[in-house]
Amino acid sequence: MQTKRTVFHSRILPYFLLAPQLIITLIFFVWPAAQAIWQSFLRQDPFGLKVTFVWFANYTRLLDDPDYLNALGATFVFSVGVTVLSMGLSLMFAVAVNRLLRSGRFYTTLLVWPYAVAPAAAGLLWWFMFNPSVGIIPYLLSFLGYEWNHRLHTGDAIVLIIIAAAWKQISYNFLFFVAGLQSVPQSLTEAAAIDGAGPFKRFWTVVFPLLSPTTFFLAVINITYAMFDTFGIVDATTSGGPSQSTNILVYKVYADGFIGLNLGPSAAQSVILMLIVVVLTVVQFRWIERKVQY
Amino acid sequence: MFKKLSMAAVAVALSATSSLAATEVTWWHAMGGELGKKLEEIAQKFNDSQSDYKVVPVFKGTYPETLTAAIAAFRAGQQPAIVQVFEVGTGTMMAAKGAVYPVYKLMADNKEPWDPKGFLAPVVGYYSDAQGNILSMPFNSSTPIMYYNKDVFQKAGLDPEVAPKTWAELATMGKKIVDSGAAACGFTLSYAATWVGLENYSAIQNLPYGTLQNGFGGLKTEFKFNGKEQAAFWDNLKKQQDAKVFKYGGPGGGAETAPMFYAQQCAIYMGSSASRAGVINNAKGFKVGFAPMPYDDTVTKDPKNSIIGGATLWTLNGQKNPDVYKGVAKFFTYLSKPEVQADWHQFTGYLPITNAAYELGQKQGYYEKTPGSDIAIKQITRGTPTDNSRGLRFGNLTQIRDLIDQQFETVLSGKKTGQQALDDAAKAGNAILREFEASNSN
Repeated sequence: MQTKRTVFHSRILPYFLLAPQLIITLIFFVWPAAQAIWQSFLRQDPFGLKVTFVWFANYTRLLDDPDYLNALGATFVFSVGVTVLSMGLSLMFAVAVNRLLRSGRFYTTLLVWPYAVAPAAAGLLWWFMFNPSVGIIPYLLSFLGYEWNHRLHTGDAIVLIIIAAAWKQISYNFLFFVAGLQSVPQSLTEAAAIDGAGPFKRFWTVVFPLLSPTTFFLAVINITYAMFDTFGIVDATTSGGPSQSTNILVYKVYADGFIGLNLGPSAAQSVILMLIVVVLTVVQFRWIERKVQY
Repeated sequence: MFKKLSMAAVAVALSATSSLAATEVTWWHAMGGELGKKLEEIAQKFNDSQSDYKVVPVFKGTYPETLTAAIAAFRAGQQPAIVQVFEVGTGTMMAAKGAVYPVYKLMADNKEPWDPKGFLAPVVGYYSDAQGNILSMPFNSSTPIMYYNKDVFQKAGLDPEVAPKTWAELATMGKKIVDSGAAACGFTLSYAATWVGLENYSAIQNLPYGTLQNGFGGLKTEFKFNGKEQAAFWDNLKKQQDAKVFKYGGPGGGAETAPMFYAQQCAIYMGSSASRAGVINNAKGFKVGFAPMPYDDTVTKDPKNSIIGGATLWTLNGQKNPDVYKGVAKFFTYLSKPEVQADWHQFTGYLPITNAAYELGQKQGYYEKTPGSDIAIKQITRGTPTDNSRGLRFGNLTQIRDLIDQQFETVLSGKKTGQQALDDAAKAGNAILREFEASNSN
């Protein structure tokens, strides 16, 4: 079949049309990324007065640094926790809303609100609720005999940032799940019902498998979110403590670079983070988009 | 409405032209709230006192944020003329020789009067180089003192006029307070693991914090704060925490500490002498007592001077207009006037920076009228400073303090003993010091 093609006779015009997007990408993405890569090979004092080229010294030191390995582990626990919790809850909400015909729209609106809250504000909100001295949740937990203190107990701190970060992401996941559920043909579930499958079985054997493209897409998005977009929440709630238990990679870049003024190692860490993003993106586009098809 | 707006526009235009004539001196600072207002008042009064220079104070957030912002601005060639840097940033600033215009040189170059002996010795000692030259302009220096709730002391059956002198006394009194139900906790510490609970503890007990006179002797310094006395002190704090006598209020300055004292949850609060105004304003419904920091009588019978915290004003190199530096020098001369200093000191609780300001306060009868206001200055000037109590000078101390906080938290949660935690902190701290040494030597 012959498709209609627009032919540009001018050789320069296409570049002109692309220029705005290219310039933005170059200035705001490529240039800073190149800077980070360059700085990761340097050792310099904070003011940039003495700069030496040190090859891979910043990287090798990082991989020997127990704190960095600890941050890797914390990031893993954190991103898996956030992904599972936020996706689980939003799937539950989406299924519930999907059954409502009239009031579904109302609940959808309400559930989308948290997405509009800035990460720092969300962090502050949770910081207040979980504050060991004045927060409502430690107060309520004390009746159950549990002494909540995320300043001292590493477990409490991790749970706190997972809840805060997951809460923020529920809206986004929810919207995608609702859309996904609506595209599942009604006839399939009806057929299953006629065959005698209960609601629970219908969901797990019919609806959930059909949702898998959405689920995989969201899993990648959520992991990316938890790894890179949660700086504000960590900063406002735990600041990486206690004893480094919530010092996730993206927070450590900030702590080492901006508080510690160690620019070389901090740049090396951000380059490693950049590589992780690249890998996740490749996984998403090459693997998931192709493999999960029905 | 339109009339009002246009009048405002005219006013703005007028003030813009008048400030064009004056050379602007930007001053980045980290003083929020009441302190910030007072600081702006000082700048305003200086601006009103002459017409050649205009000091423009800009609030840049917390101390670490201000330092980071100034460094970033320096790298971009947009640095302010004056930046306020907290004492733990001193090592970083001193090592940055090309970035800093030392104040002794600035004053000499601009022919402004400069008398190093007029300053309080323990304050300027912290900010002088090996030759005794003062590198930054002392501005706000404080030292930790003890605040206590007299009403709670009374309720617990203690004499409200007698504060604990030693850590052992503090433990007994704290237990009595908790057992009697007068308060839920005996004491809380701001900077529990750093400025108050380790740096000042070491200085007062005359224990070394690092080699080479706590870093004053050069970049090759190594941490020594993991002594058995400090370890025992941390173990003791853990013990007090288990007995509900001590309550931890968070890392860094301890955001929870002062509120717990204000809410009468904790009977005793140890924090900066500059918290004085805040404590008096917030201590609603109870009487506050002031006392020096306790000392550890199992370690020493002769407590040394405490060390300072707070910040100084650094002049940054690279201003395009040389007149700016003339303005900075003039402003520093204004700042060191006894009246200006005494006013700042009495309003905030920071130490008077010059002997003249202290004497002026004495002449005004300020210290008799306001009990407790001279505790800090007496504590910092007692005895002769030793190598262990002169102060600290370590590069990247901000980051090192963070990791000491983290180690302290492992002690409080029972994961490590004081000795293990301090050993680990010293080891990780030394690695940072070596990195700093490497990046600051050619």
